Parts: sequence; C-alpha cells; structure tokens
Amino acid sequence: MESPAEIVQHTAGGMIGASWLMIAFPLLGAAILLILGRMTNRWGHLLGVAMSLASFVVAVLTFLEIIGLPAEQRRQAVHLYEFIPGMVDMGLLIDPLSISFALLITGVGSLIHIYSIGYMSHDPERRRFFSYLNLFVAAMLLLVLADNYVGLFIGWEGVGLASYLLIGFWQFKPSAAVAAKKAFIVNRVGDFGLLVGMFIILATFHTLTFSELGKQIAEHPPSGGAVTAIGLLLLLGACGKSAQLPLQSWLLDAMEGPTPVSALIHAATMVTAGVYLVVRSGAFFFPPDSTQAIAVSVVGAATLLAGAIIGCAKDDIKKGLAGSTMSQIGYMMLGAGLGPAGYAFAIGHLITHGFFKADLFLGAGSVMHGMNDEVNMRKYGGLRKHMPITFATFFIGYLAIIGFPLLSGYFTKDGIIETAVHHQPILGWLAVLGAGITGFYMSRMVFMTFFGEKRWEKDAHPHESPAVMTWPLMILSIGALFLGGYLILSNRLYFFLSPAVGTAEATPEFDFASTAGLVTLALVAVGAGFAWVRYGRAEVPAVAPRGSFLTTFARRDLYGDALNESLFMRPGQWLTRFAVYFDNRGIDGLVNGLAAGIGGTSGRLRRIQTGFARSYALSILFGAALLAGALLLVGNI
Amino acid sequence: MTTHYLVLSGLLFAIGAMGVLIRRNAIVVFMCVELMLNACNLAFVAFARQNGNLEGQIIAFFVMVVAAAEVVVGLAIIVTIFRTRRSASVDDANLLKY
Repeated sequence: MESPAEIVQHTAGGMIGASWLMIAFPLLGAAILLILGRMTNRWGHLLGVAMSLASFVVAVLTFLEIIGLPAEQRRQAVHLYEFIPGMVDMGLLIDPLSISFALLITGVGSLIHIYSIGYMSHDPERRRFFSYLNLFVAAMLLLVLADNYVGLFIGWEGVGLASYLLIGFWQFKPSAAVAAKKAFIVNRVGDFGLLVGMFIILATFHTLTFSELGKQIAEHPPSGGAVTAIGLLLLLGACGKSAQLPLQSWLLDAMEGPTPVSALIHAATMVTAGVYLVVRSGAFFFPPDSTQAIAVSVVGAATLLAGAIIGCAKDDIKKGLAGSTMSQIGYMMLGAGLGPAGYAFAIGHLITHGFFKADLFLGAGSVMHGMNDEVNMRKYGGLRKHMPITFATFFIGYLAIIGFPLLSGYFTKDGIIETAVHHQPILGWLAVLGAGITGFYMSRMVFMTFFGEKRWEKDAHPHESPAVMTWPLMILSIGALFLGGYLILSNRLYFFLSPAVGTAEATPEFDFASTAGLVTLALVAVGAGFAWVRYGRAEVPAVAPRGSFLTTFARRDLYGDALNESLFMRPGQWLTRFAVYFDNRGIDGLVNGLAAGIGGTSGRLRRIQTGFARSYALSILFGAALLAGALLLVGNI
Repeated sequence: MTTHYLVLSGLLFAIGAMGVLIRRNAIVVFMCVELMLNACNLAFVAFARQNGNLEGQIIAFFVMVVAAAEVVVGLAIIVTIFRTRRSASVDDANLLKY
C-alpha cells in the first residue's frame, strides 16, 4: 500500500505551465458574452463553443505532457499568484486525477456546447445560455484544478452559481425559478459543511494547500476526532454538490433547466464535484474502515438505492434520468469510500458515466426536440423508426448504464460492486440489488419511449434532430461503448491515477466471472425482462395508474421533499413568524412606544405656548423674581 | 438719602411691571416698559451719586439710547399691526402660538 506521490513544484514552462489557459478560455468567453451582451447575439454561441474547445485542446496537450513524465513526477503544482498573503497562494495542481476530470469536463462539456447550438436554436436568449455554460465549465475546471481548498471552494461556489443561473434559465416559468432557488439553497447546506471542514483543516494543519497537507500527513499520519470531523464535514459538502442523501432533493427539480444543462450538470460537472472532493481529500478518509470512510460508502449505497427506486416511478423522461444520476453517483461514492482500492473504479465510473449519461440526456433532449418538448414518456412510444440515430445512441447509452457485458458501464460499475462486496459485503450486495433495479427502470424508459404503440399527442410530428445534435450523440455513444473497457482492463486507469491517490494493498483485478458480477448480470436481466413484460409487451396506459403505496412513495421522491418540509421548512417558517412578531411587537413596540411617549408629552407641553405676550411676560417676571430670591437666599451678593 | 431714591425706583418699576402685565393697549404697555427702564435709570444714578463715580450715570445714558432705539422699532411695529388689524391690543396679536 502506497500513499500518493509527493507534489513537485513546477518550474519549467511548457503546457503544464500554461494550464491556467484551460480555465481562462471559458472564463473569457463568459465575460465577453455577458459584457458585450446583445451585440454578440449573432455569433455568441460560436464563441462559446470555440472557448470550450480551446480549453479542451489545452487539456489534451497538458495530458500528453503529463503522461510523458515519469510516474513519480506526475503531480505538478503550478504557482500562479499570491492570493491571501501568508496563507494561500493561488495555484493549479496538475496531476492524473485533476487532468482526468479536466478532460471529462472540457471534452463532454464541448460536445454539450455543440449540441446546444441546435437545441437552443429557437431560443432568443441563446447567447446568454452559452455564456452561462462557459461560466459553468470555467468554475468546474477551477474546482478540480486548484491546488488548495480555497481555490476549490471558489470553483465550488462558481459551479453553484452557474447551476443556479442555468436551472433557472427559463425564469419566466415559476417552477424553474423555484427549482433554481432550491438547488442553490440545498447546495448552501453542503457548502456550509465544506467551509467548516476547511476551517478545521486550517486550525489543525495550518495550511489549505494540497502539497503542504500531503507532506504533513505523510510525516505524521493524523488521527482522532479532528480528522473524523473533517471527513464528515467534507462528506456533507460532497452530499450537497453530488445530490446524495440527505441533500438529494434539488437534483430532481433541476430538470426545469434546458436539457443540455441537465446533461452538463449530471454528466460532466457539478455532481461529480462531490466525488472529486472525497477522492482528493483521500487522506482524511483513511483508513477505509474509519468512521468517515464508512459513512461515505453508506451514503453512497443508500443513495444508489433511493435514486434507483425514484427512477422506477417517474413518467417524466428527464426525471427518470435524474433518478438514475443520483443512483450512479451513489455507486461512485460507494467506491470512493472504499479507499485506494475503489478510487480507480469510482473515477472510472465517473468518466464512463459522464459519457453515457450525457449521451442519454442529450438523447432525451433530442426526443423532446422532436416531440414539441413533451417529457411524459406515456405520450411517446414507437419512436425508434422516426428517430433512428437518437434511438441507436440512446440504446447504447442504455446498455452501458445497465452494465451490459463489455460496454463501458459494465466494467466500471462491476468493478465498484466487486470491490464493495469484497470490503463491505452488506453495502456491496445492496449495490448488486441497485444494479438490478437499474436494469428495470432504464429498460422501462427505453421501452416506453422507443418501442410499443404510438401514444403521441395529435400535433406531434417526431423527426430526427439536425446533425449538430446527432454528432455529439454519436461521439458520446462511442465513449459509452469502449471507454470503460479501455480504462479498466489491465488497470490502465488504476496505474495512471495511483501517483495522485495512492495504491491499494492488492492491485485490483477485474474478474469477469465473480459471483457478485454474475448475480448482478442475472438481476439486470430479470429487471429488464420484467420491464419488457410490463412496458414492452403490454399496453402502456396513457394516464399513469394510481399504483400501490410503493409507487406513490417513489413518485413523491421517497417523501424527501415532505421530510425537508416538515423538518426544516415549517420550523423555519415558525421561526420567521416568531421573529417577525417579535420585531413588530417587541422591538418596534419599544421604539414606537418611546416615540409616542415623547410625542404625547411634548404635545401637552406645547399648550404653554399660548401666543399671549402678557402671559410670557408674567412667566419672565416670575423667573426673574425666582432668580433674585435664589440669589438673596445664597447670600453673598 | 439713597434709600429714598431706591424706594421710588422700586415703586416705579413695580408700577411699570404691573402695567405691562395687566394693560392690553400696546401703547400703554410700551409706556410701562419705558417706566421700568427709567426706574432702573433712577437706581443707577442714585448709586452713582452715592459711590461718587460716573459709571452708573454712563450706564443710564446707554439705557436711554437703547430705550430710544426700542421706541423707534416698537412703535413702528405697533403702527403696522394697527394698520393691518385695526387693533392695538396685545392680546389680539396672538397668532404665534402652538
């Protein structure tokens, strides 16, 4: 078992030295589009795509330079400028972990940018949309590339802001505005955890820089309450961004944004931030049997089941996919909680998920594009002949996500399941169960959308989307086909990542015939078969049947919103009501009472001013007499 | 000797003050004010004579000058008020109040 390699200060220039361009390009794009405003309406989307692609090119070149270095020198810190004097210098950490994320973010992000040209072509605000997309990519890149927690936090908040802007992009819809606010507020809860975790790190280690932390932890492996607290607080942060229980509620509502946003949030950015945080902070989740590490796995396992169950009951194609995102991120968290043994599979699943989930979401967007923005799957059906490319790519994404043998998802998800069964048997078998449910709900989605009878609205004329939308789909589906096998077989990703995240006791071996793997396949087959019986062969009712209480339970997102409402919203309302009452009656009462008292008294005193000069003269006389009397009484004059 | 002057001065002052307080006619009130001033003048002059220096007498002159100036301004006001309101009563000029 080896800890991560030491971080080297990068001195020579080269692509690594210029890696800040990766963040600068999309940031510049966002700035230009936002500052110049309507002037850029005609070419704004092209600039957005160009900036994203430029960032991708920088990422690829940096990646090539990294793999040219010997393994122990692959962690390079690039100093940029002094940020908070004496505490934090802003810099970038270019290592296998961050560059993997950067490639995913810029690569899949660029494809989503290209797709959006077509998807948003009828929207008058397309230019603003692209500026937010660029901002999103820039913030996410800062998050994964920063070499300290402060930079990470800035990116973290930037992602939150960009997601708020994008989810609420159609803010004229009240539901979108509310969803954006909800995402922002739920994320604040997680941000609070991250922030307090950072405070404790700073108090314990007196630094927030990854390289310094790494050195200190290597010299004196930390232990005790502080580390547990740090781990649990960072986990809270990760739960917020990655939509894990108990902070999952924003993700399903986030579907109010335009579909490419959902793809961006779910595949390339945002929700992966939590997994990144846990893996990057691996030292605080060590050893894998510590409280905080187990907490990560438990949260992951619980969420993967919850997400899968929610996915089963949704008729809205995007919400179904959102449930599946929760579930898949749950797998990643489960893997990330297992320590270095699980990191490679977690990150691998993150990357392949980035591809097939973007593929699925963009495919769903393509379907909606052809169906007048209808999202209810009960009004789809039989679309495979009308949208052949969308169907083919969606189907590949579907096979990948359910873990069809030899596709991307099979390798990475199975890897997580096997590792989990080995280290945390109970959670591992729950993950196996979750895979079976995945097989059911994803098959249900495919059967309801592309197979069976037409259940369209009268004015629906489904048509294949333009090439600018189908090409990204095809590229993504190639990733969904082969990427997993490439990364996992012969442990390519494991050895690539090991300088950044450390190695496990035993090098993981992908086993094609493990018990858990076979059971998983069997369960997935059962799930898919059940879905075929219910939704493929049988007629799908156009109106959702009432269903059992379990269906209702899943449709209502496992009562997550109801729970939040009764636990936090109502007491919060009581608190504000009390505060308003206290403010009105208590504080205002005091101030107003004082003012009224003084006003009343002066109103009485005012009556002395009668306007009769003679009465004033009388009071002057009395005053003079009084004064003279007093002087006489005192004597000496 | 001085005592008699002072008693006279006090009596004149008291008469003047009473007049200011109880008379309504502005002209009479004005004359009463003059009476009070001159009562003070009498006291000043009496003390000056008793002490054998001129300071009291000088102050008396100052008082006269001030009284003359006051008469000029005061009478002008009274005349103006009378012209506008056809009344010289101080009680009628009571608009400046709460």
